[in-house]
Amino acid sequence: MSTTTSSAVRAAGGDVLRRALPPVLLGVVGLAAWQALVVAADVPPFLLPSPTAIVEQLVEVGPLVLEASLATGANVLVGTLLGAVVAVLAALLAARSRPVDAVLSPTAAAIAVLPIVALAPVLNTMFGTTTTTPRRLVVAAVVFAPVFVTTLRGLRQVLPVHRELLRSYAATPAQLARTVTIPGALPYLFTGLRIASSTGVIAAVVAEYFGGLQDGLGSRITSAAANSAYPRAWAFVVGAILLGLAVYLLTLAAERLVARRQGL
Amino acid sequence: MRSIPVPTGSRSGSTTSAVAPAAGAPRPGPAAAVRAVGVHKRFRTRAGVVTALQDVHLEVAAGEFVSLIGPSGCGKSTLLRLVADLEEPTSGELSVFGKAPRVAREAQDYGIAFQQAGLLPWRSVRGNVELPLELHGVGRRERAGRARELLALVGLSDFADHTPAQLSGGMQQRVAIARALAERPSLLLMDEPFGALDEMTRERMQTELVRICAESGAAVVFVTHSIPEAVFLSDRVVVMSPRPGRISAVVPIRLPGTGERTEGLREDAAFFAAVTAVREALHGGAAGTPAVAAPETAAGAPRGVDLR
Ligand SMILES: Nc1ncnc2c1ncn2[C@@H]1O[C@H](COP(=O)(O)OP(=O)(O)OP(=O)(O)O)[C@@H](O)[C@H]1O
Ligand SMILES: [Mg+2]
Repeated sequence: MSTTTSSAVRAAGGDVLRRALPPVLLGVVGLAAWQALVVAADVPPFLLPSPTAIVEQLVEVGPLVLEASLATGANVLVGTLLGAVVAVLAALLAARSRPVDAVLSPTAAAIAVLPIVALAPVLNTMFGTTTTTPRRLVVAAVVFAPVFVTTLRGLRQVLPVHRELLRSYAATPAQLARTVTIPGALPYLFTGLRIASSTGVIAAVVAEYFGGLQDGLGSRITSAAANSAYPRAWAFVVGAILLGLAVYLLTLAAERLVARRQGL
Repeated sequence: MRSIPVPTGSRSGSTTSAVAPAAGAPRPGPAAAVRAVGVHKRFRTRAGVVTALQDVHLEVAAGEFVSLIGPSGCGKSTLLRLVADLEEPTSGELSVFGKAPRVAREAQDYGIAFQQAGLLPWRSVRGNVELPLELHGVGRRERAGRARELLALVGLSDFADHTPAQLSGGMQQRVAIARALAERPSLLLMDEPFGALDEMTRERMQTELVRICAESGAAVVFVTHSIPEAVFLSDRVVVMSPRPGRISAVVPIRLPGTGERTEGLREDAAFFAAVTAVREALHGGAAGTPAVAAPETAAGAPRGVDLR
């Protein structure tokens, strides 16, 4: 038993390696080609700095990149939580009442297709430029729609046999929600969260392009570019990429965890 | 097994216990676990009206074990669902322990095992068995104790912390049976609960079920496709025919000797005779098994299989 488990683990490890190798190789080759191109063609840094120049900057302003990533990351976190909580509450309401659904579902669809970041300047004026509130609201608005749609779908997935079982127990609607409907909707909620998280990061960074506090990645990218510090701007872009990746992996892990708990 | 009190106190006790007769019952006596009089059930579908049940008369006494057998689509599940108040009859009268099915459901008079196991995949096996107890406010320690007993009963003690997805289909069914027994109901409704089990486990579960019923005095309405299973378990086998679904024969099974249903019974000649009688009833009421479409309140009770 234990030998088969450990060999299975080893096989899975090998599998991961085999799957990760091609993209990593491609990345390395790409970076090398990039470096060669910049050096050979003598590309000016405002067009495209070389990878080594970016890494140099990344080392030099590393603490600053980390700080800016944490500031933007906090906006992503708070905004996502806010948007997700509102979305789940709205989905619970919509699942219980047809009229509420008739109002909320088109609203969510509308929010999903609107370019929410365009709201950032308006919100800046509303809340002032010395607060993170506008950015967090933008993230919340972007996260709302996908989480609402997937959670509502999850809440509607109750199996007839489960519904009847709870009916046979003369369970109250609240008991049905607590023991069947909500646990059943959790994997859907987390799938929505994973989908929403990457757009949430984009929204948080882009919202900073419209002025306000100067502490986040977006602000740092614009100000570095404005000061012709192109490799430095790119260093912050790398920070944004890493932040997006971290948030995505986090939500992916949460989704997997919930799905596994449910034997999916 | 008996250390934990019945939460709802709804158990009507064994067959011998006296229960007040239902008012206006045609035959005075204990309130029947199930009484169906002229029950019809029609489903309106897009393709037209389906008559699932037509003029069904059935009475299941408290503590009695009755099997429903018949070809697929003849309305066995529908009849069970009517009793469970998961569906309403189109016409006719139906009562459970003298009460309307809805009242009986709300009083938790029955436990049910569906054709599908219907376990909650996000709960452990133990959590699934505890679900009805939890919903009805039974304390944590008492729940845990009861779940332990029930899982031992269905032979799944080692799987208490597994999730349903980690069990085979037959094991899931056994969990569902344990769950149905959790509140010691006085009526058990079981829809092909052993359908997914291998022959050996199936016979073991049958023996266990007989023991549980004898111990708890619960009445059982048991849907099955297996003739030997119906004969081994039942006091009476109700044979149904399709399109429209109705009761075509009722075969009483009388046991030799002390009336014990033990493993030995499976090899008894009388057992095979009963199997043959049910089979003939199933294949069109041949060879002197009269079709009975009325409850056995009539003086000329249907000729059954007397194994004595
Ligand atoms: N909700 C429903 N809507 C429409 N028709 C239904 C519904 N439920 C059952 N029926 C019909 O009623 C008839 C009896 O169905 P039922 O499920 O009771 O059969 P069954 O005897 O349990 O069959 P099986 O042995 O295959 O489980 C079938 O013709 C079925 O199509
Ligand atoms: Mg059925």
